[in-house]
Amino acid sequence: MSSIMMVEFLAAAVQAGTPLLLAASGEMLAERSGIMNLGVEGMMLMGAVSGFLVTVLTGNNWWGIAAALLAGGLMALIHALICITLRGNQVVSGLALTIFGSGLSAFIGKGYVGTPLTDRFAAFPIPGLSEIPGIGRVLFQQDALVYLSFILVPVLYLLLYKSSWGLALRATGEDPAAADANGINVARMRYLNTFLGGALAGLGGAYLSLAFAPAWMENMTSGRGWIALALVIFGMWNPLWVMAGAYLFGGVEALTFRLQTIGVTISPLFLQMLPYVLTILVLIAAVQRRAQEAGPPAALGLPYDREER
Amino acid sequence: MPFHLVRRQESGMGIRIMVPLFSVLLSLLAGAVLLWLYGHSPLIVYESMLKSAFGSYYGFSETLVKAIPLMLAALGISLAFRMKLWNIGAEGQIYMGAFAASGVALAWGQWSAWVLLPAMILAGMLAGALWAYIPGVLRASLQVNETLSSLLLNYVAILWVDYLVLGPWKDPKGLNFPLTPRFTENATLPTWGDSRVHLGLLAALLLAVILWVIMRRSRWGYEIRVIGESWDAARYAGMNISRNIVLVMALSGALAALAGVFEVAGITHRLQHGLSPGYGYSAIIVAWLGRLNPLAIVPVAVLFGGMLVGGYSIQTEGVPVSIALILQGLVLFFLLGGEVFLSHRLARNDKSEVEG
Repeated sequence: MSSIMMVEFLAAAVQAGTPLLLAASGEMLAERSGIMNLGVEGMMLMGAVSGFLVTVLTGNNWWGIAAALLAGGLMALIHALICITLRGNQVVSGLALTIFGSGLSAFIGKGYVGTPLTDRFAAFPIPGLSEIPGIGRVLFQQDALVYLSFILVPVLYLLLYKSSWGLALRATGEDPAAADANGINVARMRYLNTFLGGALAGLGGAYLSLAFAPAWMENMTSGRGWIALALVIFGMWNPLWVMAGAYLFGGVEALTFRLQTIGVTISPLFLQMLPYVLTILVLIAAVQRRAQEAGPPAALGLPYDREER
Repeated sequence: MPFHLVRRQESGMGIRIMVPLFSVLLSLLAGAVLLWLYGHSPLIVYESMLKSAFGSYYGFSETLVKAIPLMLAALGISLAFRMKLWNIGAEGQIYMGAFAASGVALAWGQWSAWVLLPAMILAGMLAGALWAYIPGVLRASLQVNETLSSLLLNYVAILWVDYLVLGPWKDPKGLNFPLTPRFTENATLPTWGDSRVHLGLLAALLLAVILWVIMRRSRWGYEIRVIGESWDAARYAGMNISRNIVLVMALSGALAALAGVFEVAGITHRLQHGLSPGYGYSAIIVAWLGRLNPLAIVPVAVLFGGMLVGGYSIQTEGVPVSIALILQGLVLFFLLGGEVFLSHRLARNDKSEVEG
């Protein structure tokens, strides 16, 4: 591969990795608070469709982004209500969210399949930085949402590990009873982070429909929500590792696309299997690594009942 | 909030029936709001759904046709969920069952039906069991999250079937449609009268009863229920959890795969793209609504079969078919939200009771 091709490939990997990065970062927040939300796929679809619709209706893609954040967040609040207040089963509720989201997004997006997008997020080279050889093309000739994700990751890292709020968040996911005893409002912490998680999943979905594709198609996320869930495990609930994993998967997606265009003789359907198979391998690898390093938040998936402390 | 939740000692029969019933009613109500917002009359839509699914001989027969795969997949799912094994890979297991059965049907179509159909069933169930064995063994030996691995395999299985029907198994006379040649007569299941209701219905009903007996009456069923209640307790009692994980996942996959076998042998008579419209996912809701009870799954599957038939029929009135999915998701939300009332009751906040 020539160096120009390599640079183009890496730039494509960052682009393809961005929706995964956004959704996985959100899920990481929710899981850090102790709430596992398997509804990422459904929340991404709702973000994709609402972002697209509002952009088409208002002609302004930033309104679309606002709508996507809200749609994803509201979806997550359903999950929060069921799992936090009503102590329902988190696995099944997340699945319900995915089924509901794929149905509702198809319902409200029905008339918009094939509608052209007037105001997509196009590449926006950053003056100066974008001219650095190699790195400039990979990192600084991207669109505004990619830059947003560059800011998001270090912010999440600092919040999580260097702020008292992050300490409270981590405590909530590890030992809610102890957190409660220390004056942390466990329910509020979980509601907030589940909401933020949904909002970021919605943003990840909107990245697909407003920048990556850009169009609305039913089920256009095609399993990215589930890959994002696996990336959280692979990234050991650490924003930096999640980012690395997201770009790795972005690379695989970009690679399968490239192999198809240069006429590799393997059936494209086998190439399409690659991300899913790789995700399973990554899950296995993550378990091996977890033995030495950090595991999931100890109270992940367990409802918290003050009266049973 | 003026109310709070108080744990109750036991839940009566009344509340155990009211919660699922209300969850269905409330989801219909929420769906009605959505339909109304989009300018449809909810009453007309629901009435037309109900009529097309249950109002005629043909409609009800189609409802049963859809209920068969839902029943089988939900039986498999209920077995795994009982043990708190979250097998959400039924959709892929259906596809793998259909794939293996089709392989047998296409290769040995001249065999007598008495040999061919059992061979197809066996091959299909084996393929489904192996497909579910992967997440099972990964969970049992390496603690890999079975929820994600079983789901991810769905995409692989669907792409695999697409590869076959677009490539090596494509019908040369099929005008480039993604499907295989038609099976021989010997590879098709007998049907009831002039309807499409096939022998799979009897098999599903029989399996529901067998599974119920196993879960309630056998030592192994007891073991599964104990493991489901508490892994630690089961371990102290000397039960082999790893072996049961693998076994239950494989059985769960075999049951779901049977749904795929019957779809190709009973309905399509060939392997084709888009074989299952998400039966494996809807079956999760069916299993949960039936409270993982094999006998309760039967009527719930018929209800959901009706919802699918109704959903298709109202397309002619301009209502998107996705309304069926929306209703399914809503049912599950209300059910999960309502289940807390099986173990808790609402009590008015009372100052003397604070910090009880």
